[in-house]
Amino acid sequence: MLSTKNLSHSYTKDHKFSFPDLTCGKDETLLILGNSGVGKTTLLHILAGILKPNAGVVTIGDSELYKMKGNKLDRFRGQNIGLVFQKPHFVSSITAEQNLLLSQKIAGRPIDKTKVKSILEKLNIYKRRTAKNYQMSQGEQQRLSIARALINGPKVILADEPTSALDDNNCESVVQLLQEQSKAIGASLIIVTHDGRLKEVFNNYIELS
Amino acid sequence: MNIFKLAWKNLIHNPLSLLLNLLLLTLGIGLINFILLLNTQLKDKFDKNLAGIDLVIGAKGSPLQLILSSMYHIDAPTGNIGIKEAKAFLREGHPLIKKSVPLSMGDSYKGYRIIGTDYSMLELYGASVAQGEKWVKPFEITAGAYVAQELGLEIGSKFKSSHGFNDDEDLEHEGTFIVVGILEPTGSVIDQLLLCSSRSVWEVHKHAGGAVADHDHTHDTLSHVVQDDISRSSLLLQEEEEITSILIQYVSKTNFRALNMPRNINENTDMQAASPAYEIPRLYDMMGTGTKALQLLAYLIAIVSALSIFVSLINSLRQRKYELSLLRVLGGRPISLFTIIILEGIIMAFLGFLLGMFLSHSAIALLSESLTDKYNYDFRAWIGHGNEVYLFIVSIALGFFAAFIPAIMAYKTDIHKNLSQG
Repeated sequence: MLSTKNLSHSYTKDHKFSFPDLTCGKDETLLILGNSGVGKTTLLHILAGILKPNAGVVTIGDSELYKMKGNKLDRFRGQNIGLVFQKPHFVSSITAEQNLLLSQKIAGRPIDKTKVKSILEKLNIYKRRTAKNYQMSQGEQQRLSIARALINGPKVILADEPTSALDDNNCESVVQLLQEQSKAIGASLIIVTHDGRLKEVFNNYIELS
Repeated sequence: MNIFKLAWKNLIHNPLSLLLNLLLLTLGIGLINFILLLNTQLKDKFDKNLAGIDLVIGAKGSPLQLILSSMYHIDAPTGNIGIKEAKAFLREGHPLIKKSVPLSMGDSYKGYRIIGTDYSMLELYGASVAQGEKWVKPFEITAGAYVAQELGLEIGSKFKSSHGFNDDEDLEHEGTFIVVGILEPTGSVIDQLLLCSSRSVWEVHKHAGGAVADHDHTHDTLSHVVQDDISRSSLLLQEEEEITSILIQYVSKTNFRALNMPRNINENTDMQAASPAYEIPRLYDMMGTGTKALQLLAYLIAIVSALSIFVSLINSLRQRKYELSLLRVLGGRPISLFTIIILEGIIMAFLGFLLGMFLSHSAIALLSESLTDKYNYDFRAWIGHGNEVYLFIVSIALGFFAAFIPAIMAYKTDIHKNLSQG
């Protein structure tokens, strides 16, 4: 589960983001809505352990995120936070399957080929396991991106605009996939987006302004 | 999927820039190694053939030419000297001279020189007979190990010599030589020579066409007893004959009178004395100018290859900035990103080193064929020069330093900034 308290961050003196306190329990989904410029990405990066906020506390499970530093924070992030980017990024010199194996290795998890296989199968991209990311369709890349977020069994899955580039049909199926898979591993799912369509799917949402 | 494998995958993901970098590295490292190999092998050849020779006496002319022709057998002789004049240095019991070796040249067989001399030649180069025996009678040959192997000479083989040092059918002489012995290999120039008595060389030229026909001692008038006598004293009796040069070892290299001997010869006789201790460094100097230019070029290519690695890594960093941020998001430590980039540089350097080694040895192998044809010198292409370890370290260091700044940049990857832009 994830919770925040009194989070605020500023890049310059005049411009300060203050964020409402958030809580998202195990198996739950939280939608964070907001237009461009309200600090969506800033909040996402703070939640993901990428950007240290000026003030406030982020707690994931029993750990306070920014009490950890350096390698410890990197390791914690790799093992407990799964990120789904708006534009899927992969290491393009290696195959889809190798990208997942690399995620296990980098997070310090044991290499588990059967787990990689089962996730690829679950997301219906096992056939494409030897493809490189630039050889895959947008939808396939999106699913691979979700697979990577799931592979290390994180406590929290953070999705950054996962649907904004998709049509209605794909939008629905991606959201469904995210929800199903997060539930399956007992993770909290937090979606940060400006995509208003999602309001209808989730009842638990917060609007940033 | 470990870091090493990832670095390798990244490299082959950009085959063109990998190819360019490897090409430059291979050329740079290969050229450096080629120069090292060539220098070492030449020096090795020259040093082995020094054979403790302190002085070469021959006809007036270029001292370097005299030394090259008499000690290394790679240039034309400066001319001949009369035994009458040379006698003093060939006589046993000269107070300053430990050993003197007379050489008579002029003929060759299939590009290998026929040298008229006596057994002191064998002692000088520490050569011993492997098969058969030493030459005694005129036209008897004891062949060096390499020439015997290359020309397939055996005991009893017969051949006609050619005038001069090129393999030229038109200049074939009448006299037929017969091989009576083959020497053990020594690694020195004697392996490349066909040895016989000085008399054989005189005889073959008399048959050739009367250039020395006015001499009293023709083949027919010489008694067989004298012909078969190859002792030094018998040689010295032939005062009207000529030899080409004398190789000399001093009793003491530091003796004042010995040090004055070359000047005395040069000033007071029609002969020339040349000292290898003085001429050989001059030769190295002359070769040095050529190799220095080549060396400079090699270093330049090596530097360009380092720059090329640097630029291609920086470029790939730009393309891979999301990938690198991604690795951090996935739990990768900054030092891991640093290591990946450094590894990419080092892997390229390592491959460049291997390819460069292969290139340089192949070049020596190619060159050795033409050198062997020209100078009868056998270069061994696949042995090293002993400094490969240093070249290896320098190559790896080149890869490391070329990758260092890009690696630092990767280390400092700002995940938040990169991902906000994406």
